[in-house]
Amino acid sequence: MTQTVPPAAGPSGRAPRDPAPRPPRAHRSLDDRIIGGVAGGLARHLGLEAVPVRVAFVVLALFGGLGVVLYAGLWMVLPLAGHLEQEAPGLEAASRQGKRQPRARRLHDVGPLVAIGAVVLGLAFLGSDLVGGSILFWPLVLAVAGIGVLWWQADEAQRERWTDPGGSIDLVRAVVGGGGLSSWARLAAGLALLVLALVLFAVQTGGVGVAREVLLAGLLGVLGLGLLVGPWLVRLTGDLSEEREARIRTQERADVAAHLHDSVLQTLALIQKHAEDGRMVATLARAQERDLRSWLYGDPGHPETSLAAALKASAAEVEDAHGVPVEVVTVGDAPVTEQLRPVVLAAREAMVNAAKHAGADKVDVFAETEERRTEVFVRDRGRGFNPDAVAEDRLGVRNSIVDRMRRHGGTAVVRSTPGEGTEVRLTLEHAPSAPPADQNHLTDPQHPADPQHAEEESAR
Amino acid sequence: MSHAPTTQRRVVVVDDHAMFRSGVKAEIAAQVDVVGEAEDVDTAVEAVLRLRPDVVLLDVHLPGGGGGEVMRRVSGKAPETRFLALSVSDAAEDVIGTIRSGARGYVTKTITGPELVAAISRVAEGDAVFSPRLAGFVLDAFAGSIAVAQVDEDLDRLTEREREVMRLIARGYAYKEVASELFISIKTVETHVSSVLRKLQLSSRHELTRWASDRRLL
Repeated sequence: MTQTVPPAAGPSGRAPRDPAPRPPRAHRSLDDRIIGGVAGGLARHLGLEAVPVRVAFVVLALFGGLGVVLYAGLWMVLPLAGHLEQEAPGLEAASRQGKRQPRARRLHDVGPLVAIGAVVLGLAFLGSDLVGGSILFWPLVLAVAGIGVLWWQADEAQRERWTDPGGSIDLVRAVVGGGGLSSWARLAAGLALLVLALVLFAVQTGGVGVAREVLLAGLLGVLGLGLLVGPWLVRLTGDLSEEREARIRTQERADVAAHLHDSVLQTLALIQKHAEDGRMVATLARAQERDLRSWLYGDPGHPETSLAAALKASAAEVEDAHGVPVEVVTVGDAPVTEQLRPVVLAAREAMVNAAKHAGADKVDVFAETEERRTEVFVRDRGRGFNPDAVAEDRLGVRNSIVDRMRRHGGTAVVRSTPGEGTEVRLTLEHAPSAPPADQNHLTDPQHPADPQHAEEESAR
Repeated sequence: MSHAPTTQRRVVVVDDHAMFRSGVKAEIAAQVDVVGEAEDVDTAVEAVLRLRPDVVLLDVHLPGGGGGEVMRRVSGKAPETRFLALSVSDAAEDVIGTIRSGARGYVTKTITGPELVAAISRVAEGDAVFSPRLAGFVLDAFAGSIAVAQVDEDLDRLTEREREVMRLIARGYAYKEVASELFISIKTVETHVSSVLRKLQLSSRHELTRWASDRRLL
């Protein structure tokens, strides 16, 4: 119920990817819904918890049904959340082809629904007592409930269409969705409630005979309307789904063609040119794989705004320059502040060293950002060295990694065993006043002005 | 469960790319017995129920509802069969989803032949296989940023020791190296990893789902 959080407050204080986000638009929530997802979506939009919003709707409903009317109005106007959400092309394609598990429905939250239902029912009884048993009251309640259920049903069908793996719309699916028995049951319940309302009204106004006639007339009317509009509706939905499929296919083809043209073809050309150089081919293939992977399965973010993206970008450069795969695993993320930049540079230096000198067949990088500190580990299983007898060329390492970290208030520990490999551990405690997400313009109080910084930038 | 190490593991390979299936088969055929393959959810379910393999190498993205759907449909019907997810997808949501559907581990498709064979026998013995990437996802999912008051169940958090093990695996340490780093036995490392797997599968903490949906926005 309380899953709604402002989008920026992820569990690890992740920075939003888009530096200039679009103005936020309210929409109905697919996940956080009890009836139509209006309250859930509204709560997310306003940055509130869902419960108070729901309560507000119920309370407003007491004032002459204002809440109900508002809810219904918003239900009609607000678009579905799934509509706006976009995933990486590879994931979207996999979803469309039904290769991924559909998202779990939240069926366990029936409690609140029952509670709200009870309150509404209670109010209805109260209302009927106050009004004094008006003839119109119960038929009206039943009719409203029936229409509501039918409406809910239609909406469910709409939801199904967004997630339908085949991408086709057929008439039955358009009305009842893919939900099987429960959708049919809802449809039947809605119709039954409507008919019951009709009958009740007729009985209360003029006896059983009139009721039968009214019912018959109603049914005939519906049948006639169906005969008139039905074929047209069938053709319309057919056209609609055909047109939609064609449009999607064209878009996909254009996207894929553009991407293949841009990168894969060029890489293939390069590979042909260097066919006899195995190492070069492996490097090219690896770079292309990385590129395709990030295109298909999601953009890692911008190196300026995300530590994880900055480390991945450094790893990519090292891979390309030295032909050794660098695997980056990150936990949590933070913006790359003045305080964090030295960590990225030192980590890059450590990756270069591992790729250049260790002779390992891969390098593992692990970065963990917590509220209080950031740690980066760069590890290889290469030849290693004896840290006590540092060779002359390793002095550069000492300067660029250990000293850099120390200058900026962090630590670097190099652990190496000859024959087993090397691990460089970089640690930086964050300034205690603020969590990493808020440190955009914060400089370390111990190092207010940093004369080294410009020099280091150019040393990259 | 035939646990005798002398007999070869019986393996079914499930992937919708025929080229990848034959590549995997060629790489591991010397050490394990590849008894069957399948290309989508229906054929995979049929093959698993018919062949009762020790281990199923299961692609995360699979026509017919994904690897998770296969495990859902055979659940309870082939208790001796264990699943190892094998994927090119790095989407955290899919990986965690597959583990939560019952896979005993997750490795990427770039894994080398010998490593894959080792992973297969580890899974066949009932242990869990955590690649550095999966360990990273797990640490992210169970991130320490949850207020203590909200964490009320043992299932909802990792012990300090489990976190240490996960962090070492994420740093690229093999189980053996984790053991010597922490001065514990390999068996203890395996116990910790299995317990993390169990928490990942059973925890109903909504931060886990929320984390997954947040990932989609990043």
